[in-house]
Amino acid sequence: MTPEPVQVVKQRRDAALAALVAGVPYIGFLGIRFDRRGDELTAILPYQDMLIGNPMLPALHGGVTAAFLEVASIVELAWQIQWRDVEAGGAPLPELPKTIGITVDYLRSGLPRDAYARARVNRSGRRYASVHVEAWQDNRTRLFAQATGHFLMPEGG
Amino acid sequence: MTLDEAGDGWAVLSMPWDARLVGDPATGVIAGGAVSVLMDTASGAAVMSHPEAAGITATLDLRIDYMRPATPGQRLRARAECHHVTRTVAFVRATTFDDGEKPVAMSTGTFTVVREMTP
Repeated sequence: MTPEPVQVVKQRRDAALAALVAGVPYIGFLGIRFDRRGDELTAILPYQDMLIGNPMLPALHGGVTAAFLEVASIVELAWQIQWRDVEAGGAPLPELPKTIGITVDYLRSGLPRDAYARARVNRSGRRYASVHVEAWQDNRTRLFAQATGHFLMPEGG
Repeated sequence: MTLDEAGDGWAVLSMPWDARLVGDPATGVIAGGAVSVLMDTASGAAVMSHPEAAGITATLDLRIDYMRPATPGQRLRARAECHHVTRTVAFVRATTFDDGEKPVAMSTGTFTVVREMTP
């Protein structure tokens, strides 16, 4: 059997990710996008003036930073379910995990420019998942925020 | 988002339900992130209204617990209070309610305190 053409595979995976992201109004409200390399996701928060918390500094709003990290975590968890389903041939939109709690550390003030985040699932059980997420701007090694969150996984996920 | 009330080291902020803030389209429940923004802002406002802190602050860390989904359509109110302030750090707790009796979410955070420069 000849392998599927690369464009077909890519198109299918990109469509699955786009459907997942488009389903959440709040992601669109903040303008968050996702970049995909294979199954690896990077969340991107393009800079907008409305994301500034303190106009005197100016710095990204702490709440927006928390929201960005939480969105990156939830999409990463849902994407892992979605990826498994897409690769298995079906592509129903997964029910989204629910946040139980998240702890955000603010390491530097967020600058008025684009921010990036990558989430790592440290444990994903039948009921609970634990995720660590890191966010940076200009330099990947100089994080401006990080968070650890616990999530309730959807039934049958 | 509006500042409803504030006093020495405390503040109450609220925001209406809005379709653009929905995190789970299946239920219409507001995204956790939107509740985080409300509580972070309320906590910051509590610090800024503290008599010993000058009107500027930044979040050092924030832990948020989501106890139950906010009821779609209802306004969310967050009350934040500085329960301890040192020379450099404010410790702040916040609780968010909708129209129900039980809290929707609670947060514990630390914020920077910038003292007014003495001349």
